[in-house]
Amino acid sequence: MKASRRLGALSVLTAALLLGLLAGSARAQAPREVVIGVVYPLSGNLAQIGIDSVTAIRMAAEIFNGRSELNLPSARKTAAGLPGLAGAKIRLIVVDHQGKPELGQAEAERLITQEKVTALLGCVHSSVTATASQVAERYGVPFMNGESSSPTLTERGFKWFFRTSPHDGHFSQAMFDFIRDFEKKRGIKVKTVGIMHEDTLFGADSAKVQEELAKRGGYEVVAKMAYRSRTTSLDAEVTRLKAANPDVFLPTSYTTDATLYVKTAKTLDYIPKLLIAQNAGWVDPAFVQEMRADIEGHITRSPFALDLQAKKPLIREINQLFKKQKDNPGGRDISEAPTRALTAFTVLVDAINRARSTNPEDIRKALVAANVPAEQLLMPWTAVRFDEKGQNTGVRAILQQIQKGAYATIYPFDLASADVVYPLPGYKEKK
Amino acid sequence: MTAEVLLQGIVSGLLMGLVYALIAAGLSLIFGLMEIVNFAHGEFLMVAMFTSYWAWALWRLDPLVSLPLTVCLLFVLGAATYWGLIRWILDAPMLAQIFATFGLAVFLRSAAQALWGVDFLVVKSPLAEGRISVGGLFLGLPQLVASVGSLAAFAGLHWFISRTETGLALQATAQDRQAASLMGIDTQRMFALGWGIGAACVGVAGALLSMFFYVFPEVGATFSLLAYVAVALGGFGNVPGTLVAGVVVGLVEVLGGLLIAPALKYAVVFAIYLVVVLWRPQGLFGRF
Repeated sequence: MKASRRLGALSVLTAALLLGLLAGSARAQAPREVVIGVVYPLSGNLAQIGIDSVTAIRMAAEIFNGRSELNLPSARKTAAGLPGLAGAKIRLIVVDHQGKPELGQAEAERLITQEKVTALLGCVHSSVTATASQVAERYGVPFMNGESSSPTLTERGFKWFFRTSPHDGHFSQAMFDFIRDFEKKRGIKVKTVGIMHEDTLFGADSAKVQEELAKRGGYEVVAKMAYRSRTTSLDAEVTRLKAANPDVFLPTSYTTDATLYVKTAKTLDYIPKLLIAQNAGWVDPAFVQEMRADIEGHITRSPFALDLQAKKPLIREINQLFKKQKDNPGGRDISEAPTRALTAFTVLVDAINRARSTNPEDIRKALVAANVPAEQLLMPWTAVRFDEKGQNTGVRAILQQIQKGAYATIYPFDLASADVVYPLPGYKEKK
Repeated sequence: MTAEVLLQGIVSGLLMGLVYALIAAGLSLIFGLMEIVNFAHGEFLMVAMFTSYWAWALWRLDPLVSLPLTVCLLFVLGAATYWGLIRWILDAPMLAQIFATFGLAVFLRSAAQALWGVDFLVVKSPLAEGRISVGGLFLGLPQLVASVGSLAAFAGLHWFISRTETGLALQATAQDRQAASLMGIDTQRMFALGWGIGAACVGVAGALLSMFFYVFPEVGATFSLLAYVAVALGGFGNVPGTLVAGVVVGLVEVLGGLLIAPALKYAVVFAIYLVVVLWRPQGLFGRF
């Protein structure tokens, strides 16, 4: 039958539709200085995040290679280069992994065996970080990660893997800490929680942790819904939410689905009292720009907030420098991703400087002994100190809320620059 | 599950289903005419949505105002695809035909990424905005306009195919290429026309969709899978069947999500599709 043959071919091609394209690589050079491999997504759907991060890393490398007054770890010095290594300079080898785990793995292998890098830094996507750091573990090369948020990465118990940033467990914990503190502060009672998440690793992990935390906190989960990433409609999901009407709604979505959610909720007139999002779509500048009118009062977790610069001059100084970078057209403010990358990079360089050696084992020991104080960090953390799994234990997540079209820090309350708007305002009707 | 929630689901599903149906109509038309599955159909939708977006971004033209422009452009794109690509592979093996349209899909998608970037774009404050509320039910105005537009497009298409001389010639070509050509019908022109109309249908759908859906280079893939299901469900080449099938897909999607679980809503859609294909391989309304 013709139709069924075509159907067979159709399904094969549908699978093929999901595949992407292949790409090139970088060139080799003989290493002499301290060579650090930087594995980031410079193309693909997270390209802008990768490009901004590399801009921040290059900027930090220049700070270390020159003289500086900045209060970053090992950066305040009167001589050029790394003082611990007799003024040795840092050389970066930047490669693009396009968001593909297999490419990240291949590039890590090449950087270690051919370019003889001292350490690796990367890779934004949790999935790519997972494969690339596996290579580093095998060869015994320190791997520093500043932004991947999958909890499993540090649960592998690797000896050579270090993560400065909080993971989704910390972030979700912060959400529930906030709910508890907010209940006390305003004298309200939150009873029910609704969870909606996209169905890739990121969404599934996030929802799992949130459900556990909700149960532990004594909140009833009245809706927990997975939906196919990049779905065509969220009508069923939002209708269900509206019927269940949870006191707090916790979505985990990338940009496309976040946009669709906001539009569907507006159409079906669903306004949660409190919405706390798991970053991703909600912090995409394009999403905030396009949806500005309809997301007033939405809260998201974040590891970094620019509005903390009033309390921390270091953030302002770094932001001024970042705005002047030639790879930053238009002089945009430093955002979350480049700040995370810069923090991870400075912690790594500080360890190399303190190790006074490029021997991997010496650097690893220096990382294990790392103790970067709060005032040397751009992040609102208490310190950078790694546990035996390589996870930074000094992390603290913050929550930000859209107020008048821009994010303002609202939690922890001691860092807050604005009061919480509660409950969410309704939609502005078109006249 | 209250009656109100259920009714809301039915209304939402109906509105969305009509749009799915219109997307699938063009695909079905082309298949009925020459038995070629156009794998670039989703990308045609994407081009239509970008046309609406740019008409809005550059000249502040509402998607409804620029709809004739979008439709004309898509008609030209469809006809050009036939003259430039399909004409040469009419008698080629089926795999070659599939890969030709699949290659076109990859090309269009990559070109859109290169030209317009990968950001998610939204047409802000279209003419049809907001919602109306009827007895506790909410209908999105853009969705309502889109489904009415879809019905109108179907009516127009049906009239054209069954009432005009050109439409009858189109049908004749679909039935028997050689006999039609012996009767003095220029089949090449008919094929080009069929591709043009097929693409124009998806042009209408894209313009209507851009009022409430985000636009980005891979948006076509999101919808084309459901369009293929609607085509197979309605019967390959059966345009009225596609209308019913599209509505069924829309309804099953929302009701499956409401009554069973949102995570399973597409599983329900595809399960019904599988049952139909096993039970009636020619589709619900197919004839062969």
